[in-house]
Amino acid sequence: MAEIIQNEGGGGKHQKKRAKKGHVHMDMTPMVDLAFLLLTFFILATSLSKPKTMEIIYPKEVKEDDVKTKVADELATTLLIGEEDEHIFYYSGKFKPDSTVLVQTNFSKDGLRKVLLDKNQRINDQVTILKEKLLNKEINDSTYARAYGKVVNDSLAPFVIVKTIEKSKFRNVVNAIDELNITNVKKRAIIDMGESENIAMRQRIVELGLKK
Amino acid sequence: MPKVKMPKGAPSLDMTPMVDLGFLLVTFFILTAKFRPNEPVIVDTPKSTSELALPEKVILVTIDKDGRVFFDLTGKEIKKAMLMGMLERYPNIKLSQETVDRFAVLGTFGQPLERLDQYVKGDEKIRAALDKREDAGIPLDSLNNQLGDWIQEGYEAFMVDAQNKGFTIAQLRDKEGLRYAIKADGATDYDKVEKVIDVFRDKNIFQFNMVTSMESGDEVETAAE
Repeated sequence: MAEIIQNEGGGGKHQKKRAKKGHVHMDMTPMVDLAFLLLTFFILATSLSKPKTMEIIYPKEVKEDDVKTKVADELATTLLIGEEDEHIFYYSGKFKPDSTVLVQTNFSKDGLRKVLLDKNQRINDQVTILKEKLLNKEINDSTYARAYGKVVNDSLAPFVIVKTIEKSKFRNVVNAIDELNITNVKKRAIIDMGESENIAMRQRIVELGLKK
Repeated sequence: MPKVKMPKGAPSLDMTPMVDLGFLLVTFFILTAKFRPNEPVIVDTPKSTSELALPEKVILVTIDKDGRVFFDLTGKEIKKAMLMGMLERYPNIKLSQETVDRFAVLGTFGQPLERLDQYVKGDEKIRAALDKREDAGIPLDSLNNQLGDWIQEGYEAFMVDAQNKGFTIAQLRDKEGLRYAIKADGATDYDKVEKVIDVFRDKNIFQFNMVTSMESGDEVETAAE
């Protein structure tokens, strides 16, 4: 441990007699203990509080008609987010009050993700190829970003409209956006639910016997 | 035959390098650690698979379960300048220089401007009591849109500061610019979040960072496939 080696000097004749000095030992154990305690604390404390964020870009103003005119019916999927966590439904194409059937879904691996992966298969395949190329260093980051943007904004890429009511919970909206990110659906919009869809959703909730 | 002599006593081991390294690491972690300023509300952010870190220069709007809105901005000097701007905007509110200085180090706050003086001057207990009030939170209705004013003043103060520091427009667009983050509780009603977003939209701000917490690792794995 701490050893202070005293210089014995040249050992000449003129040296005065000194008190005998050997090695001075100092017990450093408590200090070392403390140091490692602090170290442990700071290591644990720093890694725990790292918030992550999810980027969402809102358009200037979305009106339902805008979305409708832009999107071909067969590419559109509408996700309805109700009040409770179970009240998540989707339908494809255009909403027809009499014939559209709302399908209940959830944000697990086998829920909405499966549906969206299915619909977005072609684009996901392309993205996978791009990712592989990136991993094999065939292309660089900026090329990848450009190519990725091109692929996901393909004119035939599916479009997902997320519709919320006032009482929709924020976590469900975030979950929905997260699923869209995972499945590479970049064409999306978040808008308020129309009256007719809201009525259809309430009916469906009663039909399925879900908690209101 | 002479036997090999075993050294007597405890073997001594030179621990100096280990201790040096230990202290080096301690110093590193102490210096890099940023203590979280105490937050007026506890917000349970939703989980997501996103791995984007919270930007460094950010206007952070926190929305709690009941839809009350809190505000924060990074940078002490910018915060001071922002508050001065607010005082100009609301001439009937007067704050002493000392209060302004103290406000700059407070962190997230969520009080209407009329109660800010009391809030900043008060001690922990008074602040906690004020934060518990149902009518705490920054007003954002169309008649009394203080949130919009805070955002405006915060942005202006930030831009003045950036100019003084000599950042170029390209830098501001890239990493040095001001970002807008919304930290809402998972159980917040979406219309409350939407109201805040609408305030931002009025200011022509459309890109947000929603603060989320990390989802467990294995789930991300399966998602990537």
